[in-house]
Amino acid sequence: MSEAALSLRDVDVVYRVRGIDRPVLRGLSLEIGRGESYGLVGESGCGKSTAALTIVRYLARNGRVSGGSISVAGRDVLSLRSSALRRFRGETVSMVYQNPGAALNPSLRVGGQVAEAFTVLGVPSSEAHERAREALAHVQIADPGSVMSRYPHQLSGGMQQRVVIAMALAKNPALLILDEPTTGLDATVEAEVLDLVAQLQRELDTAVLFISHNLGVISKMCGRVGVLYAGRLVEEGPVRTVLRDPRHPYTVGLLRCIPRGGVRKDHGRLDTIPGFLPSLGAEPSGCVFADRCALADDRCRTEEPPLITIEGGHESRCWYHERAPELPREESLDLALPGVDRTAATLVEIQQLSKVFKQRGHEVHALTDVSAAIWPGETLGLVGESGSGKTTLARTLLGIVAPTAGTALLEGKVLPTTYKKRSREELRALQIVFQNPDSALNRRHSVRRILLRSMRKLAGIGGDAAEARLRDLTARVRLTERTLTQKPAQLSGGLKQRVAIARAFAGDPKLVVCDEPTSALDVSVQAAILNLLVELQAEQRVAYVFISHDLGVVRYISDRIAVLYLGRLQEIGAADVVFDGPHHPYTEALLSAVPTIDGDGRDRIRLEGDIPSAASPPSGCVFHTRCPRKLGAICEEQEPPLAEVETGHLMRCHIPIEELRQLQSKEHVTA
Amino acid sequence: MTSVAEPAVRSEASTARRERLRLLVKSPSFIVGATVILFWVFCAIFGEHITPYDPRFDQTPEIGAAPSAQHLFGTDRLGRDVFSRVLAGSRDILLIAPLATLLATLVGTTLGLITGYFKGIADDTISRIVDALLAIPLILLAVTVVAALGSRSTWTVIIVIAAVFSPIIARTVRAAVLGEADLDYVEAARLRGEHAPYVMFSEVLPNVMPPILVEATIRLGYAIFAVATLSFIGFGLQPPSPDWAVQIADNYQDLAFEWWTVLFPALAIASLVVAVNLVSDSVQQVLER
Repeated sequence: MSEAALSLRDVDVVYRVRGIDRPVLRGLSLEIGRGESYGLVGESGCGKSTAALTIVRYLARNGRVSGGSISVAGRDVLSLRSSALRRFRGETVSMVYQNPGAALNPSLRVGGQVAEAFTVLGVPSSEAHERAREALAHVQIADPGSVMSRYPHQLSGGMQQRVVIAMALAKNPALLILDEPTTGLDATVEAEVLDLVAQLQRELDTAVLFISHNLGVISKMCGRVGVLYAGRLVEEGPVRTVLRDPRHPYTVGLLRCIPRGGVRKDHGRLDTIPGFLPSLGAEPSGCVFADRCALADDRCRTEEPPLITIEGGHESRCWYHERAPELPREESLDLALPGVDRTAATLVEIQQLSKVFKQRGHEVHALTDVSAAIWPGETLGLVGESGSGKTTLARTLLGIVAPTAGTALLEGKVLPTTYKKRSREELRALQIVFQNPDSALNRRHSVRRILLRSMRKLAGIGGDAAEARLRDLTARVRLTERTLTQKPAQLSGGLKQRVAIARAFAGDPKLVVCDEPTSALDVSVQAAILNLLVELQAEQRVAYVFISHDLGVVRYISDRIAVLYLGRLQEIGAADVVFDGPHHPYTEALLSAVPTIDGDGRDRIRLEGDIPSAASPPSGCVFHTRCPRKLGAICEEQEPPLAEVETGHLMRCHIPIEELRQLQSKEHVTA
Repeated sequence: MTSVAEPAVRSEASTARRERLRLLVKSPSFIVGATVILFWVFCAIFGEHITPYDPRFDQTPEIGAAPSAQHLFGTDRLGRDVFSRVLAGSRDILLIAPLATLLATLVGTTLGLITGYFKGIADDTISRIVDALLAIPLILLAVTVVAALGSRSTWTVIIVIAAVFSPIIARTVRAAVLGEADLDYVEAARLRGEHAPYVMFSEVLPNVMPPILVEATIRLGYAIFAVATLSFIGFGLQPPSPDWAVQIADNYQDLAFEWWTVLFPALAIASLVVAVNLVSDSVQQVLER
C-alpha cells in the first residue's frame, strides 16, 4: 500500500481578524509516507502550529481552511462531519503538545487517564487498566503500577510527557503529530524522550509530523524536513541535505544564526536575519522572504517563485537557489574584545556559598559550598539541569535570597547578604536580565518611564542629564526613539529584551546576571541579542553570569563555564577546556544529550532517571546515582574534592584526569 | 551594526484599549444600564427644577389619590405628588452609595496591596481581621455602629457601608496582587532600590486596576441596596427626605390602599440596582476577556 499517511494539497488557512481574512498558511503541500518522520521547522508566527491544528481540524473559531485538501490515511479530513470527525480524531491521529502538565488532568490519577485512552476505543473497562499498565511499560516507565496511582503533578516533566505519549499511542494512530514535545524539558530528559519516540516509531511504523523550532532535534528525529516561512513552505528535502546544503536564503540565514560547532564570541559576531516576519495577513506580491533577503532583486519582489527541484526531492522556493549558499552576511564579523586579565583583582568572588531552603520540615540544599571568581569583562557560563542551583546562585549573588553560609565579595569588599542592605553603588554594580521579557517589564509603563526610573534610582540622575543618558542608552541597545513612547506589549520579543537589557545597563553595571535571556526568543532574534550583549561587554568591560540550557549559546558567549549538579560545583574552567574535555562525567552526559544539527556522533551517553531530590542528596559524590562512569564504592562513600586537574580547570571526580581523557577520547574514536 | 527597524503593525496595546472601549460601548447591556443611570443622575442634579410639584411639602388637596393624568404616580397620604418624589428621590442615594463605594475601594485597595505584597505577618493579621469583619452581617454592624455613635448623619452611613465593603474589596485586590508580585518586574524594581510603597502603588497597582474596577462596580450595586435597606429600617436617611427607601418605609403600612406610594419608589430602586449591575457585568466581560 503506497497510500500516504498524510497528504496536504495547496492548503490555505485564513484567520479572520477584525472582519478581514488574513492568510496564515499559503498553499501548503506536503506528504508524509507511512512510517516516515517529517519535520516542520520555522520561527514563531510562521504557521507551524496552525498546520498541525488544521490537520485535526482544531482551528480557532476565527480560523478556516479556505482552499486545498487534506487527507490522512486516505480519508478526506475536510469533508468529515461531526461524528465522523470525532471518530477520526479518536482513532486515526494523535497529538502531543509542548506542555505535558497541561495535557493531563491534574485532579485525576494517571492510571485512570491512560485507561480512558483505551476505553474510548471500545476496550472494556476491566481490561483497560491492564492495557494502560502495558502502555506505560512500553514508554519505559520503570514502575507503571506506582506511576498509575499518582497524580500528574507528582511526576517530573519527562515522566508526564511519557504518559502523554503512551496515551497518544494507545490507538496506534496512522499519524502522530508532535508539536514541540521536548521544548520545556532539560536536555538530558529531552534526549531520553526523543530516543523513546524514535524507538516507538520504528516499532509501530507510525508516520510522525514533528514540529519544532530546534533544528538539532529535527536533524536527529526526522528523515525529511520542510521549512516554513510566513505560511509558505520555502524549502523541503531530506534532513541531511537541507541542513548541510540549504538552498533557500531563509534556511541559510536560520542556520547561520545558531551558535554551533564550537563557535565563540572571539570568532566574531553571529549572523542575523534582518527585518521582521511580515505581519499577519500581509499579501506580498512576490517571494514572501524578499523583504529580508540580501539576494532579492526586482524579480523576487514581483514574481513568486515556485518550488524548484534541485535534486533528489530537495526543493527550494527561490529563483536564485544556486546562489543561496553565498548569501552575504548581515553582520560583519569583526568585534574587538578586550582580553580578560586574570592576574588583576577579581570583580566578584563567591566564597563557600551555601543555601538551604526550609520546606515543610525538609531541608532543601539548593547550594552547597560553591566558590568561584569572576574577573572584569568576562562571562561565566552556568550550566546544569533544572534544580541544579544555577538560578539560586545568581539570586544569592544579587541579594534576592540570603545565603545560609558563605559570602560574596565585590571588588574585595563583602557584599551585604540582601539587596535591602546594599548601597546604591552595590545595587547598580549588580543587575539582571530576566528570561521572560514579558514579565520583566511593567506592562503599564512606557519604555521611557522604565528606563528613566532606573537611571534615577541607579545612577542618581534626573532631568537633562537623564535625558541625554537615555538617548545614549537607547542608541547603544539599538532601540529607536519611537520605542520610548511605547509600552512593552507594543514591542516584539526581541525589542522587549533590548529594553530589559537597557534597564540593566541604566546605571553602568559591573556584572549583569543573564538568566536564560534568549530562551524565549527565536533563533534569529537570539543571535541579535547575543551580539548586543557581546558588544556591550566589549564597550564597557561588563562581566556576565550567563545561565542557559542551550550549550551552544553558553559556549558562544562564555569565557569560563561552571557546571552545577544538585547545588554543587562539579567542574569549572575555560569554556573550551570544559567543552572539549576531558570533562566531568556529568558535563560529558550533558554535552552528549544535546542533539546537534550536524549530527556528529556525540550521541552516546544517556543519564538514567531524574535528578535526585535536593532534600535528600545521595551520599558521597552526589552524581553517583546517575553516573555512567561510576567507579564503585568510593563514589558512594566519599565526596571527591573540587581539585585543580589542569591550570584553571577544577573538577570534582574520583577518576584521574588522565583516565578520563583516555576514556573519553577512546569512545570518541569508536563513535 | 544592526539597526532595529520597527515592525509596521505593532500597536496592539493601544488598539486593544480602543477595542475594549468599542466593545463596551457596543454592548447592549452597557447601553441600557448607562442610560438608566444617566437618567437618575440627571434627576438627582436637577431635582426640584424638573419635578411637576414640590416633592417635599406640596400639600395638594388630593390626599392619597390614585394615579391619574394629573398625578402620574398618584399622591401619598400627605398629598405629596409621588411622581415628583420618585424623581427627586435619587439625589441622596446617588451621593451616598458612590461615596461609600469610593471610600471602600480606596481602603480595600490599600489593605489588599499591603497584604498581597508583604505576605507574612502583615497578611496573616490583616486577613484574619478582614475575615472576622466579613462574618458580621451588614445590617447588624450598621445598626450597632449607628446606635453606638448615636448619630444618623449621612457620613455615618457612608463610613459604615465603606467599613463593611472594604474587606471584600481587599480580598479581591490581595488575590490579584499575589499573582502580580511574583513577576520579574517587581523583582527588578527592588533590585534598583525601590521602597515598598513605590513598588506597591506605582508598579503593582496599575496592573491590578481591572479587577479593582470590576469589584468597585459590583460593590456600587450592593451599596445602593445597603443604603436603601438602612434607610428603610430607619438608620439611614430620615424623613422628610424624598429618598425612595424612606418613602417605602413611610407608606408600606398603607400598601393595601395606596399601593402606588410603595410600588413606584421600589421600582426606582430596582431600576438603579439593575442598571448598575448591567454596567458592571459588561465592564467585567470586556476587562476579563
